[in-house]
Amino acid sequence: MRPVIPYVTAALLFGLGVYGVLRRRNAVLVLMAVELMLNAVNLILVTADTTVRAVLPHSGQVFALFVIVLAAAEIGVGLAIVLQLYRLRASVTVDDVPLTEPSGDRAGSTGDVVAGSAGARAEAGR
Amino acid sequence: MTGADVLLLALGAVAVGSGVLVVATKHLVRAGLYLVLCLGALAGDYLVLTAELVAWVQVLIYVGAVVVLLLFAVMLTRAPIGASDDLDRPGWPAALIGAGTGLGLTALLVDAFRWSTVELPAAGTAEGIGEQVFRSWVLPFEVLSVLLLAALVGAVILSRPDIGRRPDTAPAQSRTEAIR
Repeated sequence: MRPVIPYVTAALLFGLGVYGVLRRRNAVLVLMAVELMLNAVNLILVTADTTVRAVLPHSGQVFALFVIVLAAAEIGVGLAIVLQLYRLRASVTVDDVPLTEPSGDRAGSTGDVVAGSAGARAEAGR
Repeated sequence: MTGADVLLLALGAVAVGSGVLVVATKHLVRAGLYLVLCLGALAGDYLVLTAELVAWVQVLIYVGAVVVLLLFAVMLTRAPIGASDDLDRPGWPAALIGAGTGLGLTALLVDAFRWSTVELPAAGTAEGIGEQVFRSWVLPFEVLSVLLLAALVGAVILSRPDIGRRPDTAPAQSRTEAIR
């Protein structure tokens, strides 16, 4: 088995994930690109498990399992955030998310994400 | 070139090709389906690399759960059915950084491993992996279970904004007004 083949696959997938995270504006597509990067890391770990003779056998595969669990947790919280963003803004474009803390009163300002979220929804629902 | 090499090449080509389509397609739903193809090809890679348990966990969790969650998110955010043009921002910096990362890592790994061969080790069956997890990696395993619980609670709290709302903010007032 030539270990360079899966290693190169993983490197290319990681590059694709980086490109996707930077290029995409839709938050769900950004999460998909993050999955690509996590899978590239998993492939590296599993391949390293076959090439490196460690003291503990199968450490790489155990770590790959741990990374899969982390990815599941990440996707759960990430999608909760995305859906909350969609409820607030009716769009999931990451460019439109304000990164700064809004100044002034919190009920009426448009840049208010965290503190006034329920307020915006309550006003929209009236 | 042995049979394993040919399989790894073919599955790697499928994975990279569908990965390109994931980050390049204009259809949101198709991006999710190409992701299924990419993750399935990677599961095949794991099988060839003798990581049986990881391959099946990959199919179970990634293809079964994560992609389904992503497709749910696509549907819940009312994504357009056809091609949409506003998915991308102008791409030259992203292409530059992505290509730089990918090709840089490729050059590094090719330089490190050349065209060398290794013997495949004993298969990572459920028995072997389970023995390792519950003998050498028990503490990280338990920490991960706590992390999963934290993620669960966090997701619930995030999707319910009425939890933890301060009583002095506007919505509380509006609610009391509505009750009156």
